[in-house]
Amino acid sequence: MTSRPRLVHEFLEQSADRLPAKVALVCDDRRLSYQDLDDAANRLAQALVDQGVGRGDRVVLYLTNSVELVVGIFAVLKAGAVFVVLNPTAKHDKVDYIARNCQAAALMTGAAHLELLRGLLSSLPSLRVGILTQATEPQPAGAGIWRYEDLLARYPNHRPQRDIIDRDLACLIYTSGSTGDPKGVMSDHSNVVFAVESITSYLHNVEDDVVIDVLPLSFDYGLYQLLMTFSFGGRLVLERGFAYPSQILERMEAERVTGFPGVPTLYSVLLEMDLSGFNLASLRYLSNTAAALPPAHIRRLTAKFPGVQVFSMYGLTETKRTLYLPVDQLEKRPDSVGIAIPGTEVWLEDERGNRLGSGEVGELVVRGRHVMRGYWGDEAATQRRYHPGPLPGELVCHTGDLFRKDEEGYFYFVGRTDDIIKSRGEKVSPKEVEDVIYRLEGVREAAVIGVPDPVLGEAIQAFVVPNEKGLTPDEVLRHCRSHLEDYMVPRRVEIRSELPKTGSGKIKKSGLR
Amino acid sequence: MDEIEGTLRRFIAEKILFSGNGYPHPDETSFLETGVVDSMSVMELVLFAEQTYGIQTSDREITPSNFDSVKSLAEFIRRKQASG
Repeated sequence: MTSRPRLVHEFLEQSADRLPAKVALVCDDRRLSYQDLDDAANRLAQALVDQGVGRGDRVVLYLTNSVELVVGIFAVLKAGAVFVVLNPTAKHDKVDYIARNCQAAALMTGAAHLELLRGLLSSLPSLRVGILTQATEPQPAGAGIWRYEDLLARYPNHRPQRDIIDRDLACLIYTSGSTGDPKGVMSDHSNVVFAVESITSYLHNVEDDVVIDVLPLSFDYGLYQLLMTFSFGGRLVLERGFAYPSQILERMEAERVTGFPGVPTLYSVLLEMDLSGFNLASLRYLSNTAAALPPAHIRRLTAKFPGVQVFSMYGLTETKRTLYLPVDQLEKRPDSVGIAIPGTEVWLEDERGNRLGSGEVGELVVRGRHVMRGYWGDEAATQRRYHPGPLPGELVCHTGDLFRKDEEGYFYFVGRTDDIIKSRGEKVSPKEVEDVIYRLEGVREAAVIGVPDPVLGEAIQAFVVPNEKGLTPDEVLRHCRSHLEDYMVPRRVEIRSELPKTGSGKIKKSGLR
Repeated sequence: MDEIEGTLRRFIAEKILFSGNGYPHPDETSFLETGVVDSMSVMELVLFAEQTYGIQTSDREITPSNFDSVKSLAEFIRRKQASG
């Protein structure tokens, strides 16, 4: 008899033991069974172990949503190592920063990034192994670089013996911080396994669920769809994005999708579409997180998808998911993001650490086994976010988000205590965008803010004061486009002759809104 | 005869890539594969095609086969103009 999974890769292994022939993953017109995926991940894990990648080593996966990325994630875990998924639209200087920050031992990426991989292998001493997918050249591309397909063909398909425990790290998820530098949130196996069990329990996931994932696996909400689906032996339909919504809807119809995880931007697009030509009768639930859906959108969604459950949720990478609104409360309090997820607790505190009651506004504090282990290599930032909890040695997460609670204990998002922008559901640090703009020659001052946008949630707007040389908005945008991920590029750039200042001479962003 | 292709290349270079050096790929190259466009810029392309060429597109026509390269989009626009 199998025990409950303690390690994240046991989600795949136990489902492969129980349902070997079941199609687990549909991606790019490929259909892979649990057995196929477990075999491939075992082979790649054996290769990593053989190349000296071991317990606790970081492996960067800089790949678009694909079969190779799924295999890579589980292979890294099976090798006892820690996976780090990077957004495929991240630019090379950011990949370079993160690979150095986490002292990566291996990096797996597409053949288009061969030069980046070569550069890192020759300049980053920790990096020993490079793995290339979609490589067309049959010859090895250089010392330490292997073709993904060759490794799969060369290594055996049995599971490697590893001696990790659930307090070992499973992944780092890099997120924007208010200081501008991305920070890697450390999740150990027990954090992930707990969060997956808690979330799948309130979504009432069952083996027959088919979940469609249009979100990048670099984003924790996208990543957890994979981990959750494999935990209950379901099927994941993995897409590269939501650029062609009608194609996604056709896929949902053909695959009889039961679960659609989205963010407000995607729901704005769906609400504008005529869905009458699609048979979405299989759909059981929609979930939303990253930013609250306006109540008007919730009403229109429930009207457009009659009989489909809508889950409003809230979370941050530092605790994965935090709150969810039970479906039976949606009509009564559509503007609430609910209560603590099962097995966890939350409360509100004022600046001095006093707990607050209903009606008062305070910072949300989170306690439970989903509270992650801090930021990789950044003790100071970890101490700001994670404070000692009620029991010795325990940490609770201070979210930096302000909430209020109603008489019956349901929470409502009020605002942030920092200036992080949420655009398309992803966190964007204004400082990170400003730092990039300042690197452009001719920029004297720059300020970046979020402005409300019906589709994006918040749109990123940059204000730039040029020096004598002068600048155009297009020059600033072109520079941003070549140095930032897509979702971080400002939607608008305004050239100003000066920016409003505070008495002490700092840029006063409230004067820009 | 490749006037539409040229216009599309200029639009993508100037308004999506903000590139001063034109559109850097052949007409056949997939936008999504090369990261030229993302989900937001597909909507910009749709709007541009509708406004510039006076065509109407339905949701079901916004697919990779019509919108994922300069070549496929130009052909889509010509088909729509011919049938319109």
